[in-house]
Formats: sequence, structure tokens, C-alpha cells
Amino acid sequence: MNTQAAASVAVSKNSYDINRIREDFPILSKKVHGKNLVYLDNAATAQKPTYVIDKVNRYYTSMNANIHRGVHALSQEATEGFESARIQIKQFINALGKNQIIFTRGTTEAINLVASSYGRWKIIEGDEIIISHMEHHSNIVPWQLLCKEKNAKLKIIPINDKGEIIYEEFERLVNERTKFISVVYVSNSLGTINPVKKIINYAHQFNIPVMIDAAQAVNHIRVDVQDLDCDFLAFSGHKIYGPTGIGALYGKVELLDAMPPYQGGGDMISKVTFEETTYNELPHKFEAGTPDIAGAIGLGAAIEYVNKIGIENIKEHEKSLLEYATKKIEEVPGLRIIGNAKDKTSVLSFVLENIHPHDIGTFLDFEGVAIRTGHHCTQPVMQRFNIPATSRASFALYNTKEEVDVLVTGLKKIIEVFG
Amino acid sequence: MNSELKELYQQVILDHNKSPRNFRLMENATQHAEGYNPLCGDHIDVYLLIEDGIIKDVSFKGEGCAISKASASLMTSILKGKSKEEAEKLFEKFHDLVTGKLGDSPSIEDLGKLAVFAGVQEFPVRVKCASLAWHTMINAIKGEQEKVTTE
Repeated sequence: MNTQAAASVAVSKNSYDINRIREDFPILSKKVHGKNLVYLDNAATAQKPTYVIDKVNRYYTSMNANIHRGVHALSQEATEGFESARIQIKQFINALGKNQIIFTRGTTEAINLVASSYGRWKIIEGDEIIISHMEHHSNIVPWQLLCKEKNAKLKIIPINDKGEIIYEEFERLVNERTKFISVVYVSNSLGTINPVKKIINYAHQFNIPVMIDAAQAVNHIRVDVQDLDCDFLAFSGHKIYGPTGIGALYGKVELLDAMPPYQGGGDMISKVTFEETTYNELPHKFEAGTPDIAGAIGLGAAIEYVNKIGIENIKEHEKSLLEYATKKIEEVPGLRIIGNAKDKTSVLSFVLENIHPHDIGTFLDFEGVAIRTGHHCTQPVMQRFNIPATSRASFALYNTKEEVDVLVTGLKKIIEVFG
Repeated sequence: MNSELKELYQQVILDHNKSPRNFRLMENATQHAEGYNPLCGDHIDVYLLIEDGIIKDVSFKGEGCAISKASASLMTSILKGKSKEEAEKLFEKFHDLVTGKLGDSPSIEDLGKLAVFAGVQEFPVRVKCASLAWHTMINAIKGEQEKVTTE
């Protein structure tokens, strides 16, 4: 395997060579409205390193074939690429077996898979499902749909003014009717890192399975499914420098084995007659149809890239960026940070007095700065803080303090115009 | 400021954003509608007092970006005294302006002060901001009480 292109010299002897890392991402040299691109919308999607782009390209130029059933050389090569990406993921989140890794279109599909398969199978009238107030819509709506269908209840763990889960309230919500818990590891709109291990521990005392939405976690902190002891965990490729349209679901074998299939089709069966069908073994049981092979290979490459730099190094770098940005942004008059949790990833959500986030977004765009404005698919969070929207700058492994300065200067200019 | 940006955020728009006209509830309104833009969470209430088919008074309340607030403010200033039909025609023209269908055609002059929104056509994602108040006003006239969304 050709890995020498992956950040070979980016991290050496405790030094984080940011310039070298930035060179790995071709899009970062782009100009926007004549200015250098300052990409701070990483919580929406991260940019892709050449290493990933090349792997996807190489798949289409020299390996493209359908997987698993072909006997010809190309099909075997494609199958090998696809399956080694599964192994990359397994190792990355420290799963026991590669059959516990199911490829999905992303976190959303993974959650829908569990809600549909496990949920429809297990949840009955009067049952309760617990989520938190800071969930992304993708970890609200699938459970809402399930509750509606089964006449079950959705219970919400409240959050405090800092944007942290009120843990005691969680324990209070758990009772004999609680049949499932699904919580976000890291909030996309607040950056809060939730005490998911504690939640899982408590839930397991009552044999309640827990699903973790790790979409905003895997790219920032080490995620270890065995250490967490979570029952399900989901993440998306595109937030961790991989392609869009691919992600993964991790599940415990005994649960995945017992669950009914999510979608029917090719690849998920072992024998089909018109009378009866027997299903394929894990993970294929949950992978009906031709998957995004190039996407999976790209995701495997993205994980290789992240491993080369080191998730701990990334965490350190982003931590110092967040500290710098949090301090620096306070220079902007009338600015209020939304989300001040003690444990945070590099997400900075804020509101400016009397200036709407949409105007901020448009204005900053002309400074070359890409941020997110709106409700970030977390409308209940906006309702909690009684605001219609926020502006959100989110930092990745390639961002710099100079870019934070461009953001802050831009914000000061906006105040001059609108103030 | 960049020229395109200057075109969008003209002084008139910034001024109406800062001190919106007719920004109030209307107790004696004959018509009212609520508008919502799910993209940005903007929310607006438009009130109309219509007598004999003529708009005697118009006001609005709500939250929004500079474009949507200024658009609502200018709309209320321009609609007073107009007939329902005139209001509908004006909306069509305004919509053509912000979506770039009007170009340099002479009818831009009929829009009066509303011409300051010409810059919006360069920002397709902001068309909804500029037209939210107008959509809501039309629904109020038609007496459709259901919440309008721009989606």
C-alpha cells in the first residue's frame, strides 16, 4: 500500500508542522472573492487531503468493479480495497471485530438503521427513549418517527446555560420504561463533549442499550468503543477528511446478530427463494445493494491520514486554536459565545448584538472566511438559548491562529458597518 | 467594503435595518399573516388594515437579517394607500427585481425606493430574505392565515 504521501513529514518529534499539513489540502490555496480562503466550516464538512482524493481517483482509474461476487481480478482488488477500509475503521475505533462495522451513507443513515431495525423490533407502546436537548435533528427525528409509530415516548435530557448536559437529570429520567438511549458525543452547534461513558455505565446497570452519535467526535478526540462499552456508535466520513456519502455504524455483535435487516436486496442475503430468504452474515446483512465503494476506500484513506498525524496531536493543535480564538473573539464588542462547556472541541458558536448571523455570514464570505450561520440542524438548542440562529466557526487540524485573526478582524469590520 | 457587498448593503438598507419603519403590532388589523424562513429561523408577522380594497395601514414585527428587516420596513412604507391589486403587482415586480429578471428594464423606475434591493440578485441565497415580508403580506391579503414559509 502506498502510504508515503500521507503526512510523511507533517508531524515529527513533537512539532506540528502546520504549513506542511496545509499543503496536503489543495483547496486551502483557493481564493474566494480575491481573498485567501479561510475555511472555518469544518463542523459542516471538512476538506480532503490529496491522499484521500488520490485514493478515490485511483479506485476509479484502476480498480473499479463491483465487490464480493466477482471472480475476476478487478473485482477482487475492489473487494480488498473496500474490506481493508472496514479494517481501518475497526482499528480506528478499537472494535473487536470487523463484522461489527457496517458501512452506511453516514451518521444519519446509521441512526435510522438502528431506529428502524432495533427500534421497530424492540420498542413497544408505553416505552421511553432518552435523547438530549443538544441532539442534531438526525438524532431526534428517527426516534420521533419510531415513537409515533409505536406510541412510545421521547424523553429529553436538559442542558444548562453553558450548554452542558445536566447529568443528574439524566439519571432522574431513567426508569423501568426506558428502553433505549441515544446521545451525541460532541455537539455540532456548541462543541460540548458529553460524559457519554458515564451515561453508558449508568444505563447498563439497567440493561438499557446506548447509541452514540460520534459524527463530531471521531475527528477531534480518541473514540474507543470497547472502553466506552457503547452498544451502537455512528460517524460520517466527510467530517473526518473523507468523502461524503459514506459513514459507519458500529454495533455489538449480539445485538446486530439478533436484529432484523434494515433494507432488503443484493449482498445481504445468503439464499433467496420465493418462499423464504436467509440472510447473509454480519456485516453484510445490513449492507443491501452496491455500496459506495470509492467512498469507503476514501474513508479508509482519511483514517490513515488522521492516524499519520495522530489524533492526540490534532487534539492538542485544535485545543490551542480554540483557546486562542475564544480569547481573541472576546475583543469583539457585543459578542456572546453560545456554548461554554468545560469540555469542548474546537467549535465557536456566537451571536453579535443587533447583527443577524446571516449578515455576518455574507459579510465574512467577502473576507474569504467561510463560517456557518443558522440553526445548525439543532433547532431545540436555539430554542433553549432563545435565539433564532448563531454564527459558528469550527476549526480543523489545518487551521491557524492567523486565520482566527482574519475572522476577528472581519467581525470588527462588520460592527463598523452595521453598528 | 467590496463593491458587490456595497450594492447589497446599501445605506438605505442599513438605515431601515437599524430603525425599521412601521415596526409594531396593529390592534385593529383586518388582516394578519405569519411568515417563516426555516433556512435562517427568520420570523415575521405582517398586519394590514384594509378598507374598501385599499391598504390604509400596514405594519410588521419579527426577527430577521438586515435584508429581510429592511425589505419589510420599505414594503410597509410603500404600500400605504395602495389597492390590493397594486400591492400584488408591486410584489411581482419586486420579485423580478431580486431574482434578476428585471435587468435594466425601464420598469425598475416604478419600484421607487425598492430599487435599492437590486443588489440582492447577485446573492441567490438571500432572495428569500428579501421576499419573506412580501410573501407574508400577499398571504395576509388573501386571508390565508396559515403560516407562510419560504421553502
